[in-house]
Amino acid sequence: MLAFIAQRIGKAVIVLLAIVVLNFFLIRMAPGDPAMVMAGEAGASDKIFVAQLREKFGLDQPLPVQLYRYVEGIVTLDLGFSFRQQMPVSKLILERLPATLLLTGTAFVISLVFGVLFGTMAARRAGTWADTAITVLALIFYATPLFWIALMAILLFSVTMDWLPSFGYETVGANYTGLAHVLDVGAHLILPATTIGLFFMATYARMTRASMLEVKRLDFVKTARAKGLRDAVIQRRHVLRNALLPVVTLAGLQAGTLVGGAVLTETVFAWPGIGRLMYEALLQRDYNLLLGVFVVCSAMVLAFNLITDLIYRSVDPRIEFAS
Amino acid sequence: MLKRILIGLAVLCGLSGTALAQEPKPGGVVNVVIQPEPPGLMMGLVQNGPTQMVSGNIYEGLLRYSPKLEPLPGLAESWNVSEDGKIYTFHLRKGVTWHDGKPFTSADVLFSIEFLKQTHPRGRANMVQVDKVEAPDDTTVVFTLKQPFGPFLGIFEVGSLPMIPKHIYEGTDYKTNPANNTPVGTGPFMFKEWQKGSFIHLVKNPNYYIKGKPYIDEIYWHVIPDAAARSVAFETGKVDVLPGGSVENFDVPRLSKLSNACVTGNGWEFFSPQSWLWLNNRSGPTANKKFRQAVMFAMDRNFAKDVIWNGLGKVATGPSASSIKYYSSDVPKYDYDPAKAKALLKEAGYNGEKVRMLPLPYGETWQRWAEAVKQNLQDVGINVEMVATDVPGWNQKVSDWDYDIAFTYLYQYGDPALGVGRNYVTSQIVKGNPFNNVEGYSNPEIDKLFADGAIAFPDSKREEIYDKAQKILVDDVPVAWLLELQFPTITRCNVKNLITTAIGVNDGFRDAWIDK
Repeated sequence: MLAFIAQRIGKAVIVLLAIVVLNFFLIRMAPGDPAMVMAGEAGASDKIFVAQLREKFGLDQPLPVQLYRYVEGIVTLDLGFSFRQQMPVSKLILERLPATLLLTGTAFVISLVFGVLFGTMAARRAGTWADTAITVLALIFYATPLFWIALMAILLFSVTMDWLPSFGYETVGANYTGLAHVLDVGAHLILPATTIGLFFMATYARMTRASMLEVKRLDFVKTARAKGLRDAVIQRRHVLRNALLPVVTLAGLQAGTLVGGAVLTETVFAWPGIGRLMYEALLQRDYNLLLGVFVVCSAMVLAFNLITDLIYRSVDPRIEFAS
Repeated sequence: MLKRILIGLAVLCGLSGTALAQEPKPGGVVNVVIQPEPPGLMMGLVQNGPTQMVSGNIYEGLLRYSPKLEPLPGLAESWNVSEDGKIYTFHLRKGVTWHDGKPFTSADVLFSIEFLKQTHPRGRANMVQVDKVEAPDDTTVVFTLKQPFGPFLGIFEVGSLPMIPKHIYEGTDYKTNPANNTPVGTGPFMFKEWQKGSFIHLVKNPNYYIKGKPYIDEIYWHVIPDAAARSVAFETGKVDVLPGGSVENFDVPRLSKLSNACVTGNGWEFFSPQSWLWLNNRSGPTANKKFRQAVMFAMDRNFAKDVIWNGLGKVATGPSASSIKYYSSDVPKYDYDPAKAKALLKEAGYNGEKVRMLPLPYGETWQRWAEAVKQNLQDVGINVEMVATDVPGWNQKVSDWDYDIAFTYLYQYGDPALGVGRNYVTSQIVKGNPFNNVEGYSNPEIDKLFADGAIAFPDSKREEIYDKAQKILVDDVPVAWLLELQFPTITRCNVKNLITTAIGVNDGFRDAWIDK
């Protein structure tokens, strides 16, 4: 198993490096550069100003030199400097990471727990009104665009009912501490986390239901019944466990997007996370920051792919590691 | 809807009279929207709109300006101009200190000018006519000009010439000075905290040199990236001020109807944002004057004002906004006349060649406007192809002159020598820069008029010159002028006295107070 992990990490480093190089060129293919954006924002720039900015960003250097300097930085775990935000990229990312992890982590737990729960309920009661209700709702949440759900949630719970805050991470200026702070952040978290969670919850529910119905028809389930096992035991130990593999795959994919996958939700709810940072960096052509976020997101995806493979093994002992 | 806004404005005018009569009350916290998040707050290094909006309350200039663009005392309490218009003497306020307690003196003024010459494109341009700056004592600064420069008294606004603390920046690398993250000014508010992506927190300067001011204790500037979410934040009472441009225009009528909501278009007089279509004068159909005149006649600009901008703003008559100095309405007129546009297109020999149009990627209002103009132009037979870009892409394309028609708007800074001439003179045709003579118009007569207008003395001479320049430009149509834009500021009505100068919210919190 250790050899397997070492081999996968080795491959991951190569993939990560390839991603860096590819993204480096991809970003620069987009029209405009950070100097031009900042000159534009100044509203009255001159040639000297643009040249000063280009020199400051290192954009006056040939592309291979820029790439060499960037990769050299990455190797020493230096993600560079965001001249627009006037801070080291790693500091910016670390500042925003907790908010994003809290948001997407909560959404992940909500979606996985309730998705599998509803999927199991629907599969166990296949053909009943409960199954139909869960299936229809899951289809609706699966098909509805995230931003629309977000806006409707704001309209309903913030504007009309005034139950929940519509933006931000906490009540600015309230200076809550202890439990009051936790509750305050929790109140701000409900709408964005549920918005992200609904889509994945619907996906998990649909997948769990379909997978369980498929497994239920297999011979070993009949054997278990013939042995006289209780239905609850059959469902939990035999059906659900075997039906979970595709759910684990999907959970692995979702977990991989924990860092960068909430761009839209973070923007609508003004949640100060990585997704928004990435979106703003893109609009401002903040090359170093954008590449930095890409590196962290890619590393997360690679790490969760590895973790998913390891979980496969524990869910289904028939799977063996190929070294 | 338009009527309601006008009534709202009228009521506000009435209320402002009442507010002036009321005794300001100290204390309170104001929540304001800021969008996009500024890249930095050090005004000498960053000049974008959001930076000016926040930092204009931290830093100060030598002068402030009334809505009629008359200079008002700022850090300078008085000033004299020599009879030949070449020597300007400023007398600074006594007892002014920086936020860290160090005294503000004439040495800081001298240092700021040298600083800004290196970092501030507008500051650099404004100082071209200055021969020398001297500080005979701690509270006097004397500018000697090479020749009279008409707009000189108009360049001391905080965003154009902010005062920078010499004791913090002298001998350092300005761009990497750690103080850039904790700006120190002389203004009514001090920097307290910036949680990136969330908010910027300013607190009252207890040692401000005007006794009793500022009245407000704290300002929170909230970063809310989505325009709809900004509207909701105001609607749900979480923010008190939506500065101009914070929400989409179609939301303004709805928000202005909320109880305790007041709306004003004031506070933009110094900037006087003027919008137009750059028409590429170099090649293609837009190089033909008759084609450009046809574009002017083809556009229903009143429709754009009434429907897309909800009645806010004015139809532009030419290169100068009506709120800046030496504006003249005595210019050729271009009313909506599709028949005339068609006739001119025929005279121009236009054969339906494709014309690429770049909308300004600043949100839904601008997109709708581009759709409306496209429809107008197509109605008279112009074959328009819309080219979608994001902001960096737009900057790149216009800087490289890679367009036929492009939407834009620019500030005018109160005087044609500061914000108008740069768009039409030949020396400002510089590739790689998105805010100059991008259309490529070149006319030696116009070059001379703008050169003469800047240094003519006295004022009557300048007026004569700019009258002539406006007539020529409007006849030549180097660009197709659209509207004098008005960005409405929406506030809770109990936030009093916020918009009192020509730059509105940017330096308005000095005098603002909350009626509790």
